[in-house]
Amino acid sequence: MEKWDNNNAWFLVLPVFIIVAFSAIIPLMTVVNYSVQDIFGPGERIFVGSEWFKETLANRRLHEALWRQFLFSGLVLLIEMPLGVMIALAMPKRGWGVSFSLVTLALPLLIPWNVIGTIWLIFTRPDIGLFGFIINSMGIAFDHTASPLDAWITLMLMEVWHWTPLVVLLAYAGLRAIPEVYYQAAKIDGASAWATFRYIQLPKMRGVLTIALLLRFMDSFLIYAEPFVLTGGGPGNSTTFLSIYLVKLAVGQFDLGPAAAFSIIYFLIVLALCFVFYQVLQNVGKGERV
Amino acid sequence: MDLEWMAWTPVTAGFFIAIGGMLVGMGIWQYISPTIERKGFLPIKTTRGDRFFIGLLTSAYINIAWVGLTSWSLWFAVPICIVWLIIVLRFG
Repeated sequence: MEKWDNNNAWFLVLPVFIIVAFSAIIPLMTVVNYSVQDIFGPGERIFVGSEWFKETLANRRLHEALWRQFLFSGLVLLIEMPLGVMIALAMPKRGWGVSFSLVTLALPLLIPWNVIGTIWLIFTRPDIGLFGFIINSMGIAFDHTASPLDAWITLMLMEVWHWTPLVVLLAYAGLRAIPEVYYQAAKIDGASAWATFRYIQLPKMRGVLTIALLLRFMDSFLIYAEPFVLTGGGPGNSTTFLSIYLVKLAVGQFDLGPAAAFSIIYFLIVLALCFVFYQVLQNVGKGERV
Repeated sequence: MDLEWMAWTPVTAGFFIAIGGMLVGMGIWQYISPTIERKGFLPIKTTRGDRFFIGLLTSAYINIAWVGLTSWSLWFAVPICIVWLIIVLRFG
């Protein structure tokens, strides 16, 4: 009961609570309110109950966008997590190479997201883009504006280029925090490089990798700006992810009620998956089933 | 203060008051009798707050499933969710 004796620390949390209330809770409440009404304009609305949820859940385009989104996030995690750890392991441990590697790797993270889309839009164009031109010169017909497969390849390349550095930086921070004595003990025991990775580095990186996985999952699941600029959801609907479809619904068609119902379902999916990921990663290696 | 832009309805106001009330109630309960982490039928060790969160989240999914799979009124799902929340809190 001692921890309840001094509650002054709660005042330090108060500013954050107020900011979160205004930036997240109040908008979320508004979305819930919109989701049960047909909004015609300011002050003109009709209560429709769960009608928009029923309509949204039966929407085939939403189902397709959802599976597309899962595929995209799954591929992103499958590629970026191991690649990020491998790059972090290969990075120099001391000397000028450390700063050089960190700055070089951090560069894609500093570029605004819509600029990333524009860069790759130009980079992969078959007529003027370096990547598109070279690939087409090799006799491989590559055009992300015409072929869904090419659009997906371009998106994946862009995403991996843009966000793997985040995983690298987090994994590298985790690796640098491991005390030297662990490596010395492993050396004395004659542990192989794999055994050192499996039993020392990987368990010690669990915390940062949890954060990396959660961040990458959430970011990739909520992706909007880059594919919007690069493909606009096309060709056809092949790269129309949930957020792109949501914006089309809310801004393009001004269907605020269905868009709000859609947003709530989207939010619940993200919330549930993040909770499961978090629990699984927190309990891995604790010797208990999760 | 004009809250017309938030498009409140009696139903959604009741919903948020209920959620807020439950959170305050859980806070008071925690203050009077701090939770102890334990393992019930859920596959992880949970505190009372964890079970409350899991209960609310799964209740949301029960409602979504109800709307998507049945044509009955959503009001029928409410008692199911309340019973489910109590089961998770007590035995989860």
